[in-house]
Amino acid sequence: MSNEWPLWEVFIRGSHGLNHRHVGSLHAPDAAMAIKNARDVYTRRNEGVSIWVVEARHIAASAPSDKGPFYEPSNAKVYRHPTFFDIPDEVGPM
Amino acid sequence: MERDAALFEYLLRLGDSTLILGQRVSEWCGHAPVLEEDIALANTALDLIGQTQLWLGLAGTVEGKGRDADRLAFHRDAWEFRNLLICERPNGDFGHTMMRQFLFDAYQSVLLGWLRGAAEPRVAEIAEKAAKEVAYHVERSGDTVIGLGDGTDESHARMQAALDALWPWVGEMFTGDAVEATLAAAGIAPDPADLRPEWDAIVRRVLGAATLTVPDSRFAHQGGKTGRMHTEELGHLLARMQWLQRAYPDATW
Repeated sequence: MSNEWPLWEVFIRGSHGLNHRHVGSLHAPDAAMAIKNARDVYTRRNEGVSIWVVEARHIAASAPSDKGPFYEPSNAKVYRHPTFFDIPDEVGPM
Repeated sequence: MERDAALFEYLLRLGDSTLILGQRVSEWCGHAPVLEEDIALANTALDLIGQTQLWLGLAGTVEGKGRDADRLAFHRDAWEFRNLLICERPNGDFGHTMMRQFLFDAYQSVLLGWLRGAAEPRVAEIAEKAAKEVAYHVERSGDTVIGLGDGTDESHARMQAALDALWPWVGEMFTGDAVEATLAAAGIAPDPADLRPEWDAIVRRVLGAATLTVPDSRFAHQGGKTGRMHTEELGHLLARMQWLQRAYPDATW
């Protein structure tokens, strides 16, 4: 039996209207303590308004070796990117 | 007793308790069992010292002799401190520290709940600010007490030992003297005994969930908040906390 607490990935929403962003990971015995630990470790300087935690083992990730087949085909398809429009200055940052 | 003299004394009791406990908790910095707890304990210590700045700052103003919070913190000797004795007790193991923290957090949450409505607005304002921090402290320390008490055989035994060792130090929270009586009559502070039922309810709920047995004793060590008699450990703590200001008076960064 492992004496290590499970690893949790931490996602914090910086302000209302923004998405939760991955900020890091930490160890905790359960989800409630993981949220408390995230509060202490990642929001000390008023970074967040909402915290999500998920146990790292529940995250399914793509494999680095899939990089070629997964992503390279889209590089050659410039028409998928909306880069052919002139954005009026009045629009501001998009 | 004269009102401002009582208020000064009472503010020392509040500010010294948070100062001494904050200093104690800060001793864990770099030594806690896991990184997450290390950071959380440091946050708690900083919250307590932040509250100290407010309480002792107001104490200096009320006293009117030109002493600020730093002066009061670093240029008084052990017999001038008015902290609860439980705050100066040594840390022991991590479980012991968290048990002491929970017993104090529960007390502070009830006390600040009362002081938020105090008839002295400067006291009420500080209590309002500190109450938000303390609401988190008591939730965190309470969960840890439950987790360790209702944990393994070893963690349960350590938490029961911590509770038994600390129990004689909780009674001082609920004893009063002329200081509290004067302020209670003016609506500025509660009669400490009136805080006990709410504290008991919080503590018994958490200790019950932690499968711990509340000691059947009301014996209480006294003398911290009156300054009559501190434990030996306070002197050692102050020697570490104050040496720089004593060796190099008024040194600044």
